[in-house]
Amino acid sequence: MKAWLPSLLRLLLVVLLVAFVTNPGWFEPLLKPLTENGAPAIYNQGSLLTLTLLHLRTVLIATVAATLVAVALAILVTRPAGAEFLPLSRSLVNIGQTFPPVAVLALAVPAVGFGEKPTLIALFLYGLLPIFENALTGLTTLPANVIEAARGAGMTGWQRLTKVELPLSAPIILGGIRLSVVISLATATIGSTVAAKTLGEVIIAGLLSNNLAFVLQGGLIVAALAVLIYDGLSAIERYTARRMGRETE
Amino acid sequence: MRIRFDKLGVVIAAIAAYAAFLAPFATFRANRIVPGEARSILEALPTTAGPILLAILVAGALIALLKTPLVLRLGASVVALAALAILIGVAGSFLTPVGNTFARVSPASGFWLLIFAFTLLLADVLTRLNPSPWARVGVLVVAAVAIGLLLISGQWNSLSILKEYANRADSFWAEGSKHITLALGSLAVAAVVGLPLGILCHRVEKLRAGVLNVLNIIQTIPSIALFGLLIAPLGWVATHVPGAAELGIRGIGTAPAFVALFLYSLLPVVANTVVGLAGVPRAANDAARGMGMTDRQRLFGVEFPLAFPVILTGIRIVLVQNIGLATIAALIGGGGFGVFVFQGVGQTAMDLVLLGAVPTVALAFVAAIILDAVIEMTATKRRVETA
Repeated sequence: MKAWLPSLLRLLLVVLLVAFVTNPGWFEPLLKPLTENGAPAIYNQGSLLTLTLLHLRTVLIATVAATLVAVALAILVTRPAGAEFLPLSRSLVNIGQTFPPVAVLALAVPAVGFGEKPTLIALFLYGLLPIFENALTGLTTLPANVIEAARGAGMTGWQRLTKVELPLSAPIILGGIRLSVVISLATATIGSTVAAKTLGEVIIAGLLSNNLAFVLQGGLIVAALAVLIYDGLSAIERYTARRMGRETE
Repeated sequence: MRIRFDKLGVVIAAIAAYAAFLAPFATFRANRIVPGEARSILEALPTTAGPILLAILVAGALIALLKTPLVLRLGASVVALAALAILIGVAGSFLTPVGNTFARVSPASGFWLLIFAFTLLLADVLTRLNPSPWARVGVLVVAAVAIGLLLISGQWNSLSILKEYANRADSFWAEGSKHITLALGSLAVAAVVGLPLGILCHRVEKLRAGVLNVLNIIQTIPSIALFGLLIAPLGWVATHVPGAAELGIRGIGTAPAFVALFLYSLLPVVANTVVGLAGVPRAANDAARGMGMTDRQRLFGVEFPLAFPVILTGIRIVLVQNIGLATIAALIGGGGFGVFVFQGVGQTAMDLVLLGAVPTVALAFVAAIILDAVIEMTATKRRVETA
């Protein structure tokens, strides 16, 4: 495969995605054969662009919150003062992953009501786990001689953390964020079962009215977003890994 | 003697104190969908039981708060959890007026927080004791038997979730078996297809990137969309392929859900097979080759056994993920515990949501613990053998 081909495909995907969410009408002839009895081929109960942006906003808020909390927790349990919590936090992460997203979503509804909030809670909880796990791996697998050198150079604990440990773990933490974003992008669609404004609305409308065109466009927009964001974050990850001289898998 | 505090114990005691004295223990509702009225521990339990529970909780929290021996902490968490489990049932029958079948009593935030706090204590003790895989499965069995006994004894029958169950006992088990069939069946097919595919990807490098990329992209399609998209092709198969409809293949229902779960399962199985086989030490392979083993002998006698723990990890990921995803099958008429979750969300009847969610979480939890134990057993066995 030629080196420029993936970049070209990515560019093409971006162009298609932007064209589709801004001007879905152009694509109507393509989707028309999927509908029956003259049903509309393009989602008509709201703008696809708005839903896409709301979808991204939900994922972004949840991921930022999850990143802050997960990294802070990972830092806490890798300090001497919090070392007691390390084994427990590992088993909690393991247990947390067994909760299905739908269950988290449905159980959050009585506490916070319908809409965006339960979705944010579910995405936040789901996003925590991969980031926490990766941050923990990153912070606990630092080369011992580097830490020793930093200590020998007279750096304080805070300086070591911000100038040595966090930058060196950044690629691995980013890997966790990437996983978490891709999971969240897909999980956010389920949020529409509890009335959150995401692209899931399009898919569910399609399922309810037996309109395959809706299901396809909702699903494809989410998948395209996920592929592009995954690629983008992978690139950032490789870049930081090169700068930090650390290999990621 | 200086009193020393346990750091985690401070957190546990704080949660327990808030939950026991400030948060509601149970919720009483005149019928299943009206908003509930909160009841504290003393209001929700008969005159003697309330103070006894509070005493147990305070003692448990104190044991957690101070640096105490692990056995004492284990005992405290088990006693507190058992007392909570039994007394929430007592609260149910105490709060329900005699002969009233519409009233609903459900555990409230205080109860769930207390369960959380003492489960945290139990989890901490168990992590520190670092039990062997068999011991972990043993703890699981004991917990399952205890919960089973409580369910059979009728202790919890006055709680709203079991009233919902009583109304739907038949469909509960039918949906449950559908849920398990979906999760396990799709995993079985994924293993049958994914293992050879993974071996192929390991042997043929050209194939590897392509196959893994395609499987990666499938993972990015949101589950509800993939379920929906499979309706059309399977509907076509049902009407055009003779015999397919008789096999139960239809456009909506279990078939598209099964295929979607199968597609999601492939990536972890294939990827972990590839990673596992790639991690086989070169020396082991060279030695096998030097002994004159054929490719097939090497695969089954050396590579596969050494890669097994990694492959099992993939299977564990798939199983836990499938048990969760199978709830979404209900959206396209595929059945499973999701039926209750979505019905409950639709009727804003949270007890119904719980009736679907609790067994799903329990199944995923049990699957994770058992498979983790199996993985650890195979991995340590391997290490002993190769040492």
